[in-house]
Amino acid sequence: MRNATNEPETRSIQVDYLARVEGEGALHLTLQDGRVTDARLRIFEPPRFYEAFLRGRDFREVPDITARICGICPVAHQMSSCHALEQAMGVTHQIEPSVRALRNLLYCGEWIESHALHIFLLHLPDFLGYESAITMAADHAETVKRALRIKKLGNTIVSTLAGREVHPINACVGGFYRAPTPQELMALVPEIEFCLEEMCDLTLFLAATLEYPKLDQDYEFVALSPDDEYPINLGPIASSKGFRVQQQDYLNAVEEQHVPHSTALHSMIKGRGPYHIGPLARLNLNADKLHQRAADLVASVSDAVGHGLPWRNSFLSLPARALETVHALALSLEIIKAYRPPARAAVPIRPRAGVGAAATEAPRGINWHRYETDSRGLITAARIMSPTAQNQAQIEADLRKLAPQIVSLDDEKLTLACEHLIRNYDPCISCSTHFLRVHIERIAAPLDGA
Amino acid sequence: MPRTGAFTADGKPKVAVYKFSSCDGCQLAILNLEDQLLDLVGAIEVAYFVEARRRELPPPYAIGLVEGSVSTPEEEERIHKIRRDCDFLVTIGACATSGGIQALRNWADVEEFTRYVYAYPEYIKALDTATPIAAHVFVDFELRGCPVNRFQILELVAATLAGRKPAIPTYSLCIECKRRGVSCRLVSAGKPCLGPVTQAGCGALCPAYNRACYGCFGPMELPNVDSLGERFIGLGYSPAEITRMLRSFNGYVEPFKQASDRYAQRD
Repeated sequence: MRNATNEPETRSIQVDYLARVEGEGALHLTLQDGRVTDARLRIFEPPRFYEAFLRGRDFREVPDITARICGICPVAHQMSSCHALEQAMGVTHQIEPSVRALRNLLYCGEWIESHALHIFLLHLPDFLGYESAITMAADHAETVKRALRIKKLGNTIVSTLAGREVHPINACVGGFYRAPTPQELMALVPEIEFCLEEMCDLTLFLAATLEYPKLDQDYEFVALSPDDEYPINLGPIASSKGFRVQQQDYLNAVEEQHVPHSTALHSMIKGRGPYHIGPLARLNLNADKLHQRAADLVASVSDAVGHGLPWRNSFLSLPARALETVHALALSLEIIKAYRPPARAAVPIRPRAGVGAAATEAPRGINWHRYETDSRGLITAARIMSPTAQNQAQIEADLRKLAPQIVSLDDEKLTLACEHLIRNYDPCISCSTHFLRVHIERIAAPLDGA
Repeated sequence: MPRTGAFTADGKPKVAVYKFSSCDGCQLAILNLEDQLLDLVGAIEVAYFVEARRRELPPPYAIGLVEGSVSTPEEEERIHKIRRDCDFLVTIGACATSGGIQALRNWADVEEFTRYVYAYPEYIKALDTATPIAAHVFVDFELRGCPVNRFQILELVAATLAGRKPAIPTYSLCIECKRRGVSCRLVSAGKPCLGPVTQAGCGALCPAYNRACYGCFGPMELPNVDSLGERFIGLGYSPAEITRMLRSFNGYVEPFKQASDRYAQRD
């Protein structure tokens, strides 16, 4: 772990533009004598001021506007906006079950697309030692083609149901502008059936052939945890260390903390510390609610990666994401086969003064929105907590935890190892508008990553 | 005139993809060309595309695709270097072409915005405005849309490879609506549809889903915004509502901007 001369070693690792992540971020790491003394995930995504300019907009405009927070997970922002504003308008209980099913289907499409993109095009090159999927495709054309087909299906589900895959146009507060016909959805079935088999196969392949770096972190996992389904759209928010709150009470459990000398608002569990959201958290907290097709794979995947659930290693977010992709494909089939068009695509809404807050599970984790409206239905206050923003403190804790096992690597390999770890979280920096210009000064951070 | 260094030794154009203030959705549109992606990356050299790969090749580049608007002091400087690096500079999407939704700040007090969103406003370095790329440097071609239509990106690259002008329509959305056989949102449903003043390109998505066009492809060539606005007034919409309709994803581009200013004054 030390260099030959036995001198204390101080090294700085600087990555100016993190590649293969959505949005712009940088990493600054200082290592001293085998320890990380400074780990900074800098996010320099420019501020776009969504919460500020939402004020004064009609509540019906909000889902179209918040979609633009992120081109990768527009459905997530639309769904959180819709749920929160339906609460504010007092119509939550009028939403028909088949509209809820369509929302789950729309969300499944986004999970499939986003997960396939991340697993195969952004993350897999780290495991196989390529700088990108473009280079990887030269040696692994077949895998890339299979992945692209699954990714395309995710996009097709979203565009069939809602017009287009980036910033879809059919979701509204109260439901949908137009409910699809059963025939439109049934046309998707053969491709979903094909991709489901493919994804089951690829999940086992990824579990068995990839080498997952070791990391054992005492995470606090947080995810939506409904009683009777794997979390997507609904349910109370639960933690692996014991809290369980209703969606509107999320801020009773977590807070955005100011780091000294920094503009970063690090999300922390009150009185405890960083927490982990996303596929790994969802799986660890809700494995018993996976669709049978995904549940059937858990034992083999666990055997292959050498560890049963719960997984306390963020590198295992890749197989977690793969299992969730299987789940989303199988659930899509089930929803389509059971689909009966709703009596009305959207419930009529009379604007009123109200308050509403809701969280849904974006591909990267909990996406929480809160709004207040006046009697005309114009927004008077808005607050948005996106997933990557909440994971940022955890990513830095992981970097500190990983450091001892990678500190002997040369700069290039060490940089790659750190980037690999950051990409475990599929960071979506475009969403993290609260986290720009992070400049954390941390001296001799404790190695236990607490 | 293309520079020699803008092509690889085997004659492929070097393409760069840049991000400014944006949601990443237009870059993602490139990755969403699933069926064409492997052919596309075979026909060109992806020389700079941070979201997709680590490796970078040095400039010059034959084609530069720019996503996002200029909203920070750094971006204001960076765009000039990019202009020098790229022979043919194309803006992709509403942010790069008209400022995007974040250009709503251009009508607001950015200091107040900063205080509203951030606890330490003194650390936020943002310009008072979010502006299109063409407000800063010469742009060779623009692709509209929030998001851009991925097939228009493909057409643009294919046309450039073939040395011809990209076939991108500049007529209104109404043409696409009629072609698709969708009944008129404005005339038959009485909805405030921006289709008559909006550039085609999406395939008339919103009308096909029973909703009025909200103008995400921005103004068509020579639209009559006032005439449409008066029709909306006739349907019972207030000047404030019309102002909001015009000030969305392409609000800061003419003639939507001026028209929205007029309706804002009437409010």
